[in-house]
Amino acid sequence: MSPKPMPTATDGILKVRDLSVSYGKVEALHHVNIDVTVGQIVTVIGPNGAGKTTMLASIIGLLPHQTGEIMFFGETPVKIEVERMVALGMSLVPENRELFGEMSVEDNLLLGAFMRHRLGYRDERETMTHIYRIFPRLKERQKQKAATLSGGERQMLAVGRALMAKPRLLLLDEPSLGLAPLIVREIFHIIADLKKSGVSMLLVEQNACAALQVADYAYVLETGEVAMEGSAAELADDPRVIESYLGLGGDVCL
Amino acid sequence: MKRRYLILVGFLVLIALGPLILPEFYVTLLNYIGLYAIVALGLVLLTGVGGLTSFGQAAFVGLGAYSTAYLTTASELPVWMAPFGASPWLALLVGLALTAMVALLLGALTLRLSGHYLPLGTIAWGISIYFLFGNLEFLGGHTGITGIPSLSVLGLEVRYGREFYYLIWAMLLVAVWLTQNLLDSREGRAIRALKGGTLMAEAMGVDTARSKTVIFLIAALYACLSGWLYAHLQRFVNPTPFGLHIGIEYLFMAVLGGAAHVWGALLGAGVITILKQWLQDLLPKIFGSSGNFEVIVFGVMMVLMLQRARDGLWPILAKLIPDSAGDRERSSVPHADPLPKKPLLQASEQLLEAKDVVKEFGGLVASNNMSFSVRSGEVLALIGPNGAGKSTMFNCISGVDPATSGKIFFRGEPVEKLNSREIARLGMSRTFQHVRLLPTMSVLENVAIGAHLRGSRGVLSALLHLERAEEQRLKAEAARQIERVGLKEHMFDQAGSLPLGKQRILEIARALAADPVLLLLDEPAAGLRYLEKQALADLLRRLRAEGMGILLVEHDVDFVMGLADRVVVMEFGEKIAEGLPEQVRQDPAVLEAYLGGVE
Amino acid sequence: MDMQIALLLGQDGITNGAIYALLALALVLVFAVTRVIFIPQGEFVTLGALTLANLQAGKTPGTIWLLLGAGAAIAVIDCTISLRTGTIRRIPRILLWSVAYPCGTALLLFLVNPAELPMLAQVVLSLMLIMPLGPMIYRLAFQPVAEASVLVLLIVSVAVHLTLVGLGLLFFGAEGSRTLAFSDATFKFGSILMSGQTVLVLASSALLIAALFWFFERTLYGKALRATAINRTGARLMGISTVMAGRLSFLLAAMIGALSGILIAPIATIYYDTGFLIGLKGFVGAIVGGLASYPVAAAGALLVGLLEAYSSFWASAFKEVLVFTLIIPVLMWRSLTTHHVEQDE
Repeated sequence: MSPKPMPTATDGILKVRDLSVSYGKVEALHHVNIDVTVGQIVTVIGPNGAGKTTMLASIIGLLPHQTGEIMFFGETPVKIEVERMVALGMSLVPENRELFGEMSVEDNLLLGAFMRHRLGYRDERETMTHIYRIFPRLKERQKQKAATLSGGERQMLAVGRALMAKPRLLLLDEPSLGLAPLIVREIFHIIADLKKSGVSMLLVEQNACAALQVADYAYVLETGEVAMEGSAAELADDPRVIESYLGLGGDVCL
Repeated sequence: MKRRYLILVGFLVLIALGPLILPEFYVTLLNYIGLYAIVALGLVLLTGVGGLTSFGQAAFVGLGAYSTAYLTTASELPVWMAPFGASPWLALLVGLALTAMVALLLGALTLRLSGHYLPLGTIAWGISIYFLFGNLEFLGGHTGITGIPSLSVLGLEVRYGREFYYLIWAMLLVAVWLTQNLLDSREGRAIRALKGGTLMAEAMGVDTARSKTVIFLIAALYACLSGWLYAHLQRFVNPTPFGLHIGIEYLFMAVLGGAAHVWGALLGAGVITILKQWLQDLLPKIFGSSGNFEVIVFGVMMVLMLQRARDGLWPILAKLIPDSAGDRERSSVPHADPLPKKPLLQASEQLLEAKDVVKEFGGLVASNNMSFSVRSGEVLALIGPNGAGKSTMFNCISGVDPATSGKIFFRGEPVEKLNSREIARLGMSRTFQHVRLLPTMSVLENVAIGAHLRGSRGVLSALLHLERAEEQRLKAEAARQIERVGLKEHMFDQAGSLPLGKQRILEIARALAADPVLLLLDEPAAGLRYLEKQALADLLRRLRAEGMGILLVEHDVDFVMGLADRVVVMEFGEKIAEGLPEQVRQDPAVLEAYLGGVE
Repeated sequence: MDMQIALLLGQDGITNGAIYALLALALVLVFAVTRVIFIPQGEFVTLGALTLANLQAGKTPGTIWLLLGAGAAIAVIDCTISLRTGTIRRIPRILLWSVAYPCGTALLLFLVNPAELPMLAQVVLSLMLIMPLGPMIYRLAFQPVAEASVLVLLIVSVAVHLTLVGLGLLFFGAEGSRTLAFSDATFKFGSILMSGQTVLVLASSALLIAALFWFFERTLYGKALRATAINRTGARLMGISTVMAGRLSFLLAAMIGALSGILIAPIATIYYDTGFLIGLKGFVGAIVGGLASYPVAAAGALLVGLLEAYSSFWASAFKEVLVFTLIIPVLMWRSLTTHHVEQDE
């Protein structure tokens, strides 16, 4: 692994060009273009079934069949493989967390640093101390099995585990899913803090209101296509977005 | 279409001429191909179509062979058994009955097992039965039984290979015909749904356990028949051809030929038998010692086959023939008298009532004290954020995943203890959030599964195709529902080739084909475009006007608000609001739940 | 049956049961990590026993041809893939393991006279010949279909089993072999006389189980294997490649199989196809553990050993029938206790 060059503020971290994904003959994504620049939070909002999760899964290489180009830090792998993307510094916090339920919180975190360990870094203990500082609740539960955690704690563990890899780009799939409003707030606070510490993020959310508040730039994905894009502030004021995503008929955005 | 028939007729003529023109050696080879193909055919039904893998078929072949060998040669049969020893044909009946009993017993013990336990079970009893043959005194131990008499058919003695040839191939072709008939029927659709569609099929009222038993039984009986023929052809039996390795070879034949295709059984049996013959000559010469070295080649061939062409050789061969079965069907949209319908509902009859329904998953409460009701001629929408427990409620109500506690009444009857099949019978029909279709079957056939409970003809009439009138009416009903939901132009397409939105609509057609009084729709509008959503809303309004009750889970709030009569809002497994759409819209708890972002 | 015989049979049963237990552990491991029901596990037992027997007899074990052949096949396939995808930097590594290692081992066999080596060196040499075959078989047979259903993997597994049995016949011939005893000491515990061989089998099994436990509980790679078994997608997202996990688990399975073969070779005559039945008995144990629980699988395997020993006394002709029929009530019990949820694929 070559040393990571420090990107400058205007660098694109991730360029997705013309990404199409099909399940059998059914196309789930249609010529999608997405850009993430360094230190930014970019969000993708849209209704259920629009292809948001599919998009993240194919960017990191969990889904094989696709056309289009994914450029990550200037590299365009011929075949996108998860292991390769993780080695390059991409981490995904998946929608259903994908924790190792029968293993302890600590082991879950430790495995988050697996690829770093393979690449020769031996700083997993320090990183873990740092993670415990961000999520003190995980430290309290470190010996507990992941399966016994509450919904919010699981989400924290999933994020913490992904951060153990010290990712250069964090992909977050519906971090608010199934969480109580208070916990959602906490999670979004953490997302905002992570941004301050320099982590770039691609955030997929159904909770458009929260997502647009933390994000710098936003895309709206509908039936597999990018329907709108713009700065998060612009989209939050766009009547079509308000009508479709910000509230029941566009009444309130808390 | 014509070409297909020409090929079939040509094939039959060649089969008929075979013994007249071929030398003895090839006739013998063809005899064995026929015998093996009968067993492989059973495996096509069991494994290829039904998804139940068996390595133990050779044991059933052994049962057939040993029953007739014992009965027709034993000098001192017990009195009650003596009459069955008089004729090989009577012995065949005994063999079939014995096989059926053993198969039903093994089936009862092992068919319930999930995925991989079943094949492991077949390995176990395959070995056990093989060792039994070798260790039972009265079956002659490892030397076996000799002196088995020849057969006679209608007074003609069948003694030589050439005569046997016609008997074997006639039986094989009859078995092929029966199997094809079965697959192309109401029972056949249920069988084809076993592979990957059990949950859906049960929700449509199919008794999948019964379907599994049926194919297990048929496969065992085919194997038994093959064993009977084998015993009388060879005139002696010993345990060797009924061991596990031969059972594995049978499975290879089916997989190599194309496990999902009836003719694949013949192809696979042919290729393996000929190859085996050839390799058994060739390999010992190469290696300079004798032994069953052909298994090395078979093993490697099988691995490559499963890596490169998992569907076997038949589909590759079938591609060479241009017109496919789908085209033949395409020409005719089925028409027939409509099926009887359930009596019309009274206006505003209470259909569904859920009371304090709780569902826990290992301590996690997914649904807590949920109560609501649905009346006829009403659309009730269940909304709430992702993970709020809506689909869990659906599964409780439809019996797919029963509630932990609480009461559910459907048309006044308590249904919380019933399984999804019984509930379907009462007139509730549903769609699934994650579409559950049989992707390689046509849209028409998928919808016809929905009408399963509206037919009644069983396996026997399906085998003989005596149920064509009913089948036509089922298909016609399916076609009507397909037109009704607007998928007419896709009627003969493969279901898996439709876009996701249309697959959801297909699920609605399938649910409607069951003639339900209450329709449960799980996110029907997801993935639809604007116009399609409008068409769907129109359809649901029409159904409501006909008196149907509709329970709807949906994310698209606009869609729900424009359609539902009442709305129930869920969050964290609990009901947080209920009422008219306008009321719910203003409810502060709802706003908090839906929009609870950062402050 | 008097006490003496009962104890003798019990000792037999536990010795065999310990071997079955090792195999059961390997089967659970391979299944948990790769979803492969590893029918050829027993063939590694055969390979272990007969390779060692050949070395002791001063013959060149056929295993080396298998190693060279599998290596060559992998070299051709993987180098082609590397050239096609433009990842040429992988080629030296591929060649190291698939060509250089087998050739080096062949050279070693050629240079030394294995029959004259001390027994421990013979054992190490046998392991050197057999262990790489595990990952190689994974690479050739299973990796290309790694995402297929359990059933497809099972059929591949059965096909690999057939191939290996055929090759076993080719390499070792139809006659059985025994290896020299590791020890001719006997131990007396009260009234029970135990052969040194039995003690060795039990001690080695215990040691191996302890080592596996340490590996899975204490090392990062062991944890990575467990993680793959628990949640494949989650593991991949951590950069734990399915391929790596697969090869590692097959390496362990090959090691456990070969060691089992080496352990029983002095006390039982092993034929080219003996391994299959031994492996299947390990299977019965593994299934008792639901192919998921290591301790239950090991206990089940011990039970199989005891059952086999005692049934050989009462009904020796039906020994195998009894052992394999036992699996059916076990399967039933499994099907009643595990909540069955359909996995649509």
